Amino acid sequence: MPSRISILIVDDEESVRDSLYNWFIDDGYRVECAENAKKALSLLHEKEFDIVLADIKMPGMDGMEMHRRIKALPRVPIVIIMTAFASVDTAVLALKEGAFDYVTKPFDPDDLSHLIRNAATQVALKTENENLKERVTSLVNVEDIVGESEPLKRLLKEVEKVAPTDSSVIITGESGTGKELVARAIHSNSPRKYFPLISVHCGALTESLLESELFGHEKGAFTGAAFNRKGRFEMADGGTIFLDEIGTISPKMQVELLRVLESKKFIRVGGIKEISSDFRVICATNRDLKEMVSIGTFREDLYYRLNVVNIKIPPLRDRPDDIPLLVDHFIRKYCTSMSREMISIDPAAMKHMESFEYPGNVRELENMIERGIVVGNGKVIRLKDLPMGKEVMSNSIESLNDLEMKHIAKILDKYNWNISRTAKALNVDRATLYNKIKKYKLKQE
Amino acid sequence: MEHQNIILVSCGLFEKSLTGKVALDVSRELHYPVVLKECSLDISHFYNPGRRQYDANKLLEMITQQAPANALRVIGMVRVDLYLPILTYIFGQAKLNGYTGLASLYRLRNELYGLGPDQELLTHRFSKVIIHELGHTFGLIHCSNPVCVMRSSTYVEDLDQKNKQFCIRCRAELNRIESLHN
Repeated sequence: MPSRISILIVDDEESVRDSLYNWFIDDGYRVECAENAKKALSLLHEKEFDIVLADIKMPGMDGMEMHRRIKALPRVPIVIIMTAFASVDTAVLALKEGAFDYVTKPFDPDDLSHLIRNAATQVALKTENENLKERVTSLVNVEDIVGESEPLKRLLKEVEKVAPTDSSVIITGESGTGKELVARAIHSNSPRKYFPLISVHCGALTESLLESELFGHEKGAFTGAAFNRKGRFEMADGGTIFLDEIGTISPKMQVELLRVLESKKFIRVGGIKEISSDFRVICATNRDLKEMVSIGTFREDLYYRLNVVNIKIPPLRDRPDDIPLLVDHFIRKYCTSMSREMISIDPAAMKHMESFEYPGNVRELENMIERGIVVGNGKVIRLKDLPMGKEVMSNSIESLNDLEMKHIAKILDKYNWNISRTAKALNVDRATLYNKIKKYKLKQE
Repeated sequence: MEHQNIILVSCGLFEKSLTGKVALDVSRELHYPVVLKECSLDISHFYNPGRRQYDANKLLEMITQQAPANALRVIGMVRVDLYLPILTYIFGQAKLNGYTGLASLYRLRNELYGLGPDQELLTHRFSKVIIHELGHTFGLIHCSNPVCVMRSSTYVEDLDQKNKQFCIRCRAELNRIESLHN
């Protein structure tokens, strides 16, 4: 949170001061108020503020005059002028005098947030420049990415390297490896961190729904559309848009997406005005986009536009050293969220966890721990509290064939590869079972 | 043990199925029993004809005055459009470390944005607003985690981006605050 950033509100109306005070306090800023310019200047002489939000019309000294005096201070804060009238003249004058921006009362909450985030970014950049020599780079907001293994350290190094840039990123990795967490880590450590990270799960939306989600629509575009609806590109202005499952989007949407990525401009459904949005793109997929390009199901130009940096997340089986840390992390997470006493895991259960292959990766391990806590005795997670080996419902099962193969293998193991008993249990004839064994290349271990 | 209850007071007509689900969500996330109450107070005094909206500060003041002193927290639920003198609209309002809060259903309905009704989405959105405001009353500030319920939301699409749950950090902070009071 931007707790270092301090705001001074100067307005003669108590209700305005109180509302803004509460709004910014909730945001984690340090806030003080002054009811007139004289008091504000006296506060500014006593202590430093990063941002001053001042009303233009106040009894006695007005906001413009106060601004002139602020400019003479040894450390000049960012000044934003509030005006009750949409007066272009006053606004232009304020900006000419060096004000950062102006805002017309009453504010749209989103405009206010946007304005303050812009100012906060400015303050942060200034502070970073001042402290550049002493600055020790360390990632923030990565507490959900757990592990100390070499593959994970390499991944975090890549995140650290790519975060401050504006480059498009494609995150690849198997299902359940934490692609969205990596996207969040990149955003949280980028200069865009004061602005939102907007996620779009492309795979969950149909083509027409995706279009409306991405571009939004104008008030009155349809019967009953009483308000404008913002699209995800617009929501991501100043921040980052995260397009999950990018490999699932249709050829038509690929064209639309390429156009927006190139121009950073679009039109809302039912609108005529072109809207600009300054966003960074991070995509994720568990598909092989290069392969999709070669067979013609993914546009090559879009692929190269997106694939400036490629971050590959290792599957959990490639970093088994992290399993105990992950187990500990998820026990703490679920005990805390369920408000339970912290519990432990017994050695046999831990051994099972460490030797398991996790086709569903970290998400599968997380589910196992949550289940263990829920069904366990409240003191320790035992082996019997965990779903066993192949019985674990893996997130990596994507097709009916996968499911069928796993089920047949399980029943064959159960009856020690006795074909008659297995066929009877599966309710198929022996010939069908033989064909399935051949089809899936199943072998007795 | 009413002092351990969170009371959700509906000011206006709310469907029982909606408030019931919201109460369940709130209870699940805050780990306190939730009691639903109805009030028949006339809120027309808080209507501003110029803005065609209701003054959230004054409504919150009224809820605070009417709230039973022995509840843990009280949240007023309204169906009307809320504003603050300085802001064009708000979804909800609560004072940091306060005792009461306010949540409006008005701008959460899909129909206002030209989309088809979606009762489930509406319930999720309303639960998020109420849990968020309750978070403030327990002393939590806005969170930078994009999916945490304490993330600031200025429009509905923003609400849809986050979960109904507190992130690990906010949950730990909430537990820490509560342990200080117990």
